[in-house]
Amino acid sequence: MALKGLDIFKLSPKKNCKECGSPTCMAFSMKVAQGAADINACPYFSEDAKAQLSEATAPPMKTVKVGAGDAEYTLGGETVLERHEKTFVSKTRYASTLCNCMDEAAIDARLAEIPKVDYERIGERMIVEMIYVNYSAEGQYDYVELVKKAAALGRTLVLGVTDVEVAKAALAVCKDGKPVLNGATAENFKEMNAVATEAGVVLGVTGKDINELYDTVKALEDLGNKNLVIDTTGATVKETFANTVMVRKAAIKDNDRTFGYPSIVNLAKVAKGDAHLQAALASIFTIKYGSIVVFENLTYSEALPLYGLRQNIFTDPQKPMRVEPGIYPINGADENSICLTTVDFALTYFLVSGELERSGVPVNLIISDAGGLSVLTAWAAGKLSSGTIEKFWKEHDIEGKIKNRQLIIPGKVAVLKGEIEAKLPGWEIIIAPAEAVQLVKFLKDMQ
Amino acid sequence: MPFTAKSGKFNASIKAVTLGSGDKATTIGGENVLPFYTFDAPIEHAPKVGIEVTDFGMEHEPDCVKKYYEGCTTAADMVKKAVTFEGVDFVSFRMEGGDPNGANKSTEELIATLKEVAEAAGDMPLVVSGSKNAERDAELLSKAAEAVQGKNAIILAAREENYKTVGAAAGLAYSQIVGAESSVDINLAKQLNVLLSQLGVNPSNIAMNVGSASAGYGYEYVASTMQRIKAAALSQNDAQLQMPIITPVASETWGTKEATATEVDVPEWGDVESRGIDMEVETAAADLACGSNAVILKHPVSVATVSKLIKELV
Repeated sequence: MALKGLDIFKLSPKKNCKECGSPTCMAFSMKVAQGAADINACPYFSEDAKAQLSEATAPPMKTVKVGAGDAEYTLGGETVLERHEKTFVSKTRYASTLCNCMDEAAIDARLAEIPKVDYERIGERMIVEMIYVNYSAEGQYDYVELVKKAAALGRTLVLGVTDVEVAKAALAVCKDGKPVLNGATAENFKEMNAVATEAGVVLGVTGKDINELYDTVKALEDLGNKNLVIDTTGATVKETFANTVMVRKAAIKDNDRTFGYPSIVNLAKVAKGDAHLQAALASIFTIKYGSIVVFENLTYSEALPLYGLRQNIFTDPQKPMRVEPGIYPINGADENSICLTTVDFALTYFLVSGELERSGVPVNLIISDAGGLSVLTAWAAGKLSSGTIEKFWKEHDIEGKIKNRQLIIPGKVAVLKGEIEAKLPGWEIIIAPAEAVQLVKFLKDMQ
Repeated sequence: MPFTAKSGKFNASIKAVTLGSGDKATTIGGENVLPFYTFDAPIEHAPKVGIEVTDFGMEHEPDCVKKYYEGCTTAADMVKKAVTFEGVDFVSFRMEGGDPNGANKSTEELIATLKEVAEAAGDMPLVVSGSKNAERDAELLSKAAEAVQGKNAIILAAREENYKTVGAAAGLAYSQIVGAESSVDINLAKQLNVLLSQLGVNPSNIAMNVGSASAGYGYEYVASTMQRIKAAALSQNDAQLQMPIITPVASETWGTKEATATEVDVPEWGDVESRGIDMEVETAAADLACGSNAVILKHPVSVATVSKLIKELV
């Protein structure tokens, strides 16, 4: 149960010294109860009191770090169930699968496939972040050799192995990369716990159903390990979805800390052989509570919409997504192509650039800094005006970079035409239609 | 101590709306849990999948869709074939050519095509979509509602600008289901439902299109709008938001560069057909996860995939 401010206040030093930054101990206690302040900001809380409180004030879901260096990722730490309540903090990470049950040719093909997905979207590099290296007792290929090959790609590994000895051998060659050891079961959890703890890696918990998962997580916590992830994959798609949702809901809504860990959802198991179904499911588990989502083989086809979706879902609901201001040449535009300007609100950018691309007309799309607001909001807030455009033109040396002197401005700010003409002498200012969808016809007619 | 899950079943529920009139009539909505939360309570009416054909017939379709309609020449031919594809629950006919800024086809021509299409669809429930131009749709959709009388079709859609005309024709005069389209905002969605109710449209004959986007293209607004609507409908028992949601997907996704950029332009992206399908199914799956009760798709493989997804989950 979450603590009330008053419970915390009872344990506080009641000195009202203000050293924590709050005016009174009461105010500080309230903040701690809401999670707005850290209890350690007060130097006078006794260790006893802190220990008593830390359990109760701990976040509902643990934050777990996996991988090392550039490939280090944070999982979990969520405080809400839907993105409009508060920002989701740890993005879903995606993996492709390797298995020692594959033959060498298939393994090499997959290893060559994984690094292919590598592109940038709104300032973020998109790659297959993880590799799920599965161990099958019937597999012919040497597992440790396979782990070595996978580790060479520099991605975070998830070792899907329930055999304690195999796990030990595999960790010996890859533990520095801080992989996830996804292998604790109701039967082997004690041994696996020892292996994972010794190697200093996160331990994944699997179970035949949600009750077994619950008991195993509890047993591991009793052994002192809280560096866990929960593999919520069930026997079917339906069970997997149910497990994943119930685990997260129990942690966030019902304050059941035992399930307060990130999840692994293995689509390669429940939708094997159906790439499009895996794509559809990945979309669902990005919105609903997958921390690591495992594909058989994640290619550009699945990645392009999925990584875009993830970028959308994991944004601050109170802060609009922005694109970097600058000149975006579209349809092979050069310095002689016509210019069109709009704001840096990501949604506006996508709508406008999409329509411009459809028109086939070469256009220099000039995105000015408007604080990430839409056209009318930016205009109303004074962030899109003749002044801001003039300033942007100077700062980015637009006149030096582009020879064309025709500029199309958003139809919704047609009122700015005269002022912009005055501020940008030599430019012909043209008013665009009010809606982006009309741009195609507008540009074609202009030609 | 075993794990005990608390039930997330609500006392309120989404209204169940039946579309179509024949043997294949199908029902959307009716659930009292969040999307696919069958562990909280059973979901009687699984979400439905529609296939879209436009008045341009084969003309505007990408090659990867055309090949499934080999031998077809008219929109009606395509519909005859479409109803045989795996996973199709209803047919959606979109009168794209009605757009005054586009082909600007005459109402007579479009309604004639619609009649052929309705005939070809047979017992399969029908959704009729307009040109996206509110002024034109006022006339076009009113005529369409008349033309498919008795079909119990969804007329997509009445908007704030034309709800009186479209709502009166579809909901009052010809007893179809009124599609209520708003642009990605819970308050606008509610307002339109209130306006339509005040006009006299039976709230049980309304399906909402609360706005759509492709995955990656401002989808956060779509996700939050749908999730907030479902939350208000179920946990706060807001009767003006309990209408089921129908979301057009194909008309959004097949214009994105992920689905259209050729293999010559971006060889590293790989097969263009597969990209188009993944864009469509990933967007549709997101819509369903956020609360859509029906989605409208285009590619037969997408339809089969999303239909399978629904069967697996419900």
